[in-house]
Amino acid sequence: MVMQPASTELAQRTAAVISELKSLEGPLIPILHGVQEEFGYVPQETLPIIAEALNLSRAEVHGVFTFYHDFRHHPAGRHVLKVCQAEACQSMGSDAIAAQIKQKFGIGFHETSKDGAVTLEPIYCLGLCACAPAAMLDGEVIGRLDADKIDEIAEEIRS
Amino acid sequence: MSVTIYIPGDSGSLSLGAEKVAKAVETEIAARGIDAKIVRNGSRGLYWLEPMVEVATEAGRVAYGPVSAKDVASLFDAGLASGGQHKLSLGDPEKLPFIAKQTRLTFARCGITDPISLEDYEAHGGLVGLRKAVAMAPADIVKQVTESGLRGRGGAGFPTGIKWKTVLDTPGEQKYIVCNADEGDSATFADRMIMEGDPFVLIEGMAIAGLATHATKGYVYIRSEYPHAIVAMEKAVKVARRAGVLGKSVLGSSQGFDIEIRSGAGAYVCGEETSLLNSLEGKRGVVRAKPPLPAIQGLFGKPTVINNVISLASVPIVMDKGAQYYKDFGMGRSRGTIPIQIAGNVKHGGLFEVAFGLTLGEIVDEIGGGTATGRPVKAVQVGGPLGAYFPRALFDTPFDYEEFAKRDGLIGHAGITVFDDSADMLKQARFAMEFCAIESCGKCTPCRIGSTRGVETLDKLKQNIEPEKQLALVTDLCNTMKFGSLCALGGFTPYPVMSAINHFPEDFRPAAVAQAAE
Repeated sequence: MVMQPASTELAQRTAAVISELKSLEGPLIPILHGVQEEFGYVPQETLPIIAEALNLSRAEVHGVFTFYHDFRHHPAGRHVLKVCQAEACQSMGSDAIAAQIKQKFGIGFHETSKDGAVTLEPIYCLGLCACAPAAMLDGEVIGRLDADKIDEIAEEIRS
Repeated sequence: MSVTIYIPGDSGSLSLGAEKVAKAVETEIAARGIDAKIVRNGSRGLYWLEPMVEVATEAGRVAYGPVSAKDVASLFDAGLASGGQHKLSLGDPEKLPFIAKQTRLTFARCGITDPISLEDYEAHGGLVGLRKAVAMAPADIVKQVTESGLRGRGGAGFPTGIKWKTVLDTPGEQKYIVCNADEGDSATFADRMIMEGDPFVLIEGMAIAGLATHATKGYVYIRSEYPHAIVAMEKAVKVARRAGVLGKSVLGSSQGFDIEIRSGAGAYVCGEETSLLNSLEGKRGVVRAKPPLPAIQGLFGKPTVINNVISLASVPIVMDKGAQYYKDFGMGRSRGTIPIQIAGNVKHGGLFEVAFGLTLGEIVDEIGGGTATGRPVKAVQVGGPLGAYFPRALFDTPFDYEEFAKRDGLIGHAGITVFDDSADMLKQARFAMEFCAIESCGKCTPCRIGSTRGVETLDKLKQNIEPEKQLALVTDLCNTMKFGSLCALGGFTPYPVMSAINHFPEDFRPAAVAQAAE
């Protein structure tokens, strides 16, 4: 398989991330986080650049990239809403909450709305188990989710 | 005189609106020209009262809660700055029964001090343990930790001192202290609370571990689901470096120790210590076969202490007050205190640190106050997604590693999820298998394939297809997973599944299944 030559800009931005983190012990996961922060996801074209810089095979980098739930293969929506689906939240009705949210945005988990406004993801525990059901919108935590709070979330996403 | 107002900044309180409260307080202070300072403390762990605002008065601290932004103006009207009466007044927080009944050793400062102020930390007894350790021989530090009876609070309950001794006794140019802060179990948030509310106690514990084993480098592997904890730890490490607690010389001693914070990447299995080490090395987070033990060949093949956050954060008090002091709390072989996290459908959810030995019933009914919905308690899951579901009939079980094991359960990281009578235990058993399938690292067959087959089998049971056969099959499958898996993910998934089947057979009977399907 012939890889598309990576665009110079992408290669430069990737190289900048790598050079900042390469001196760490075990730098691959920090680099993947860094690349995702830079591009919003981990573009396939960055993998061979990372592999070469760390003297790893592309297969090794691909294996690590695909192992972890955090690393995105595609760009996410403008907002990312993670809804906790673990036991403590289940005991407070997180199933029903997730159903309401899915209906509200017309998408399921691991999907992005057509207008690109929001990506919906399940998450297994935010450590807010005494404030269940819980969610996280773009890194902001929200506890004791109910219909009103879902409306507030929707407003923020659409604004 | 300047007044200090405490508004928790931990993610639990933030999730309940603490940031808006802090902004409103700032606005009121400015508008009213009050000379006041806001401290963003950690949470004391009374989450039904969060955001809990406290004011330091001459007569001690006075608390208000739960405070929302719209209450703030009226709180100032009522004289909040001098501890005035208001409908949200809670009085002296130390006298709230939920706090008064606790024995706070590890969490002594959490919710009280400014998490990023080393001066505040020292003013409340911080660094005493490390100062004593600096003056001791490594073997004596290890001995003291061993004698305290402290066992791994991550869930496995392995004696901390014995782990340290193995690392001390293993020769090596480079050794590591790795803190497992991949607190992925649902119902657990003790690690998060410590990292956000009293990060220096973890740093101090790790530095002591470094001195005890000649390790000069420490890593804190924090799950990416905890962005606030990552920020809090990074800030605290910088402060500790500037103050000479970390760096080339720990508090002026001849040994150096430094800490680096690393973020996980959303894999539950990385809470398993060998997966975590692989992940830190930049590999897939697959489980390693043991031996070799991490204490002998751990991170990058070097001798490594890998301990949970709470284990390490409990070390400073052991060094400060002595092994005997710590050991005098608890029962049987479970010594010291355990921060119990009461979560889920519960009226008074939060963190309750206490000596081992309370019964499950006392924890759920008396301290937790029963369910949040007011319905009867049906089941409690103890120990996270890999822990057993306990029915009311077993509420006399004392909170102790061995007592829980005797009843086919585990205390794990001491999280408890309460479920009311609307819980469907077949659904919970299915979720346990589903979660294992999602999170399996894929290295061993019983976990990787067993979990998927488990979901299918329980689905057939739900559809009433040869139910007796499915029950026999799932029981056999659990047996294979329990004894054939490499780590606790596959090995312990049978706990929630089999406990649900054994203690709540009515939810698995064909009639019940058929009715539920209608």
